[in-house]
Amino acid sequence: MSVYEYIVRTKDLSKVYTMGDVQVRALDDVALDIRRGEYVSIMGPSGSGKSTLFNMIGGLDKPTQGTVFIDEVDMAQLTAQELAFLRCRKIGYIFQTFNLIPVMTALENVTLPMVFAGLTTDDAMDKGAELLKTVGLEGRRDHKPTELSGGQQQRVATARALANDPAIILADEPTGNLDLRTGKEIIDLLKRMNEEKKVTVISATHDLKMIDVSDRVVWIRDGQIERIEERADIEVQVGQMEGEEH
Amino acid sequence: MTSVLDEVSKRGIEKQIVLPWSRALQMTRENIFVRLGRSAITALGIFLGIAFLAAVLFSAAAAQVAAEKQMREIGVDAADAQTQARVIWLAAMSLLVATVGIVNSMLMSVTERYKEIGTMKCLGALDSFIVRLFLLEAGLLGILGSMLGAIAGTGVMTLVSAHRLGWSLALSSWGKPALELGGWTVPLWLGIVIAIVIGGVLSVGAALYPAWRAAKMPPAAALRSEF
Repeated sequence: MSVYEYIVRTKDLSKVYTMGDVQVRALDDVALDIRRGEYVSIMGPSGSGKSTLFNMIGGLDKPTQGTVFIDEVDMAQLTAQELAFLRCRKIGYIFQTFNLIPVMTALENVTLPMVFAGLTTDDAMDKGAELLKTVGLEGRRDHKPTELSGGQQQRVATARALANDPAIILADEPTGNLDLRTGKEIIDLLKRMNEEKKVTVISATHDLKMIDVSDRVVWIRDGQIERIEERADIEVQVGQMEGEEH
Repeated sequence: MTSVLDEVSKRGIEKQIVLPWSRALQMTRENIFVRLGRSAITALGIFLGIAFLAAVLFSAAAAQVAAEKQMREIGVDAADAQTQARVIWLAAMSLLVATVGIVNSMLMSVTERYKEIGTMKCLGALDSFIVRLFLLEAGLLGILGSMLGAIAGTGVMTLVSAHRLGWSLALSSWGKPALELGGWTVPLWLGIVIAIVIGGVLSVGAALYPAWRAAKMPPAAALRSEF
């Protein structure tokens, strides 16, 4: 077996939510290694813990137990400033509900992470325009989110996620609020970025269209990893399914 | 030995995550104008409070003018010791009412933006950026609301006193003492300036706690909230 370089590693990762008297184990001893540059889909029914895992990997919430390493750095050891730096420069986030800032134009949304990163306004504007072109929205730069369709908003969100050339794109149900065709377009866009920019894509989803483009699929159930499928296994299965149809 | 290295690396990161004041001001301006209805409601609380305060101060100064006029005409000392106590009482009440109003609207305006705050933190915003944006907004709305309130309050009272005393005497109220606090006599014009500053300070003070609490939230919790 070849040796991979891991960009994300989780060790004994658990998250327990206390709701009144009931304790819910959303994540239970999850150990997951994600390779640099791969496209991973975290699949599972709603309530399986995939969004919780997304939050832990993204440093958006603290685990009850266990550790998340990003580039071999223990995230729990980071100061608030270092964590903000990580979120700003190393990780790009994409959400089911797009989460664009409603009062800002498409271009302002895309340039906001660059402003935080210290780019000058001119540099940020140039790069933002370039990114909007990459996602096919060069004509929509001065539009507010409410003036854009769901698919277009998600494209802006993707451009924003790429703003500071992150090593990782974390997407939480990126196609969850989109119709079939628009969803497919976003998946293709993510795959293209994964190939062109060599960015690691980690996507929590229950959209089966994602399987096609994934290097690996991690199936999660009841807060635990059920199985991990490699690209090769997936292709065999897809082949079998196609074979059965004929 | 290690502290020097830590210091350097920490400062390096501080430098790399920034929100320039010019951009913060631009974002605040956009927020105020795009959400004009919400901004107007927030400013209205402070507007009414300061308008009332300005009116109280003006009428105290105008009463002084009227008293002096009466003294000249019939030679009787018409100064009222109770007036000062009433002015201070009314001023305090108007500020209290304005504070309650503005605390409430600041709380609302922060709460309905939890999701936006969570998103900003995902994009790398420090807690202090969030606080800074909300305090800037509160400060601008507070000063703007106070200025308009002061204009409205003194404007109405000028018309009222002009009707009673004539224009020249009504306008001379601006130089008369409006308030006496522990031997310090505050002329009306200064009282109005102080009222505007108080309006801004109250507004920022009211935003401080909700903004700080929202900024401290873990991004995951902020993102979960629906409005």
